[in-house]
Amino acid sequence: MDTIFSRGPSLATRLTMAVILSCTLIFVDHKLDGFQSTRLYLNSALSPLQYIANLPSLILNLSAKKLTSHQDLVAENQRLTDQLFIAGEKLQRFAVLEQENKDLRALLDAPIAADYKKIIAELMSVDRNPFSRQIMINKGTLSGIYRSQALVDEFGVIGQVMEVGTTNSRVLLLTDVTHSIPVRSLRNNIRFIASGSGGINELFLEHVTHSSDVAVGDVLVSSGLGGVFPAGYPVAKVTKVDKDERQEFATVLAMPLAALDRIKYVLLLEHETSFQNEEVQ
Amino acid sequence: MMARFFTIPFSIIVALVLQIVPLPALVDIYRPDWALIVLSYWAMALPHRLNVAGAFITGIGLDILLGTPLGIHSLVLSICVFILVANYQRLRNYSVWQQSIVIALLSAFYHLLQFWLLHLLTDIYFRYDYLMPTITSMVFWPWAFWFLRRLRRQLKLK
Repeated sequence: MDTIFSRGPSLATRLTMAVILSCTLIFVDHKLDGFQSTRLYLNSALSPLQYIANLPSLILNLSAKKLTSHQDLVAENQRLTDQLFIAGEKLQRFAVLEQENKDLRALLDAPIAADYKKIIAELMSVDRNPFSRQIMINKGTLSGIYRSQALVDEFGVIGQVMEVGTTNSRVLLLTDVTHSIPVRSLRNNIRFIASGSGGINELFLEHVTHSSDVAVGDVLVSSGLGGVFPAGYPVAKVTKVDKDERQEFATVLAMPLAALDRIKYVLLLEHETSFQNEEVQ
Repeated sequence: MMARFFTIPFSIIVALVLQIVPLPALVDIYRPDWALIVLSYWAMALPHRLNVAGAFITGIGLDILLGTPLGIHSLVLSICVFILVANYQRLRNYSVWQQSIVIALLSAFYHLLQFWLLHLLTDIYFRYDYLMPTITSMVFWPWAFWFLRRLRRQLKLK
């Protein structure tokens, strides 16, 4: 019989090589972030597997769509029409406000906030590792997606693009333990850093002093600092404030406004100017 | 001839797809370690065809698919397969039930080592959920074993 010892390096040598190579990969990938372009190729090469894994839910969705009754469709149509009507009414006031804001900014000589180019992407139902909060979306570099692009849904910020492939990309959610987003309180403009807790719907504010004015129900919007997230998008709502004097800092928890556990479609924002805007103010 | 050459890579690809197929949240934590099961079978049955190098490449694929830092799964799978290949002659003589206990231990080791590596890199905390796949891997091993052995015998893989 042809044993493994009859050709090539011995088993122990192979293991040593694999261990050394893996440790180098972990170090270079995690600490130095040195595999961005390699990851793009590997992601693109393995994306067919993800599309295959996505097939069962795709087929289920399609058949569910085929089986929707006429009555349901009419009801949905009615609901959407109502929503559009209400949104349209809000937009009328918004147009006036926007014009007013432009005039005021012109008086102050402040730069006028530009509108962003937006791309709609759909969630791919593919499993991820249980240790982090990530999702896959079905657009990649071919659609102009780039690394650390910001994502929002209709309620607020979702997260940022972590890795891109040619036809799909991986998104890191706000609630991941490794993610933080600069925010400010809508009520009094105090700035915080909101970090993910690893839970589904929880963020915590870091290094909040006991004297800072933060209360339950405060809405936090992205401050635009850091240049990743454009300023002014709603991020979270404060749910718990615990000012225990024995602790170094106050414990402030917040809940993301975006429905992170029920994502279906996401909006990717293309922005360049948020950083400069913030610096001028 | 082609079928014989591609059986092992193809079975590994199927295992990778099974590893990422979405499941309802309730059963998701019980997902068996398909990649580990398939690699274990080939490592025991044909250790000259699949050993540490194959496990390493599968691990890189898994790292890309699951979004962990590159090298985590490749390191853990390489060590698991090394343990199997180093003892393959003894393990082959075990009954399937004894083997499934070995697989359970290996799966627990796989998850603990993976947790430990990720704990060093990020601030995640241990939950007992992470060890649930150990039980399902143990239950699924005999079926995977019989299926893959039939495949190997029918295609006369050596």
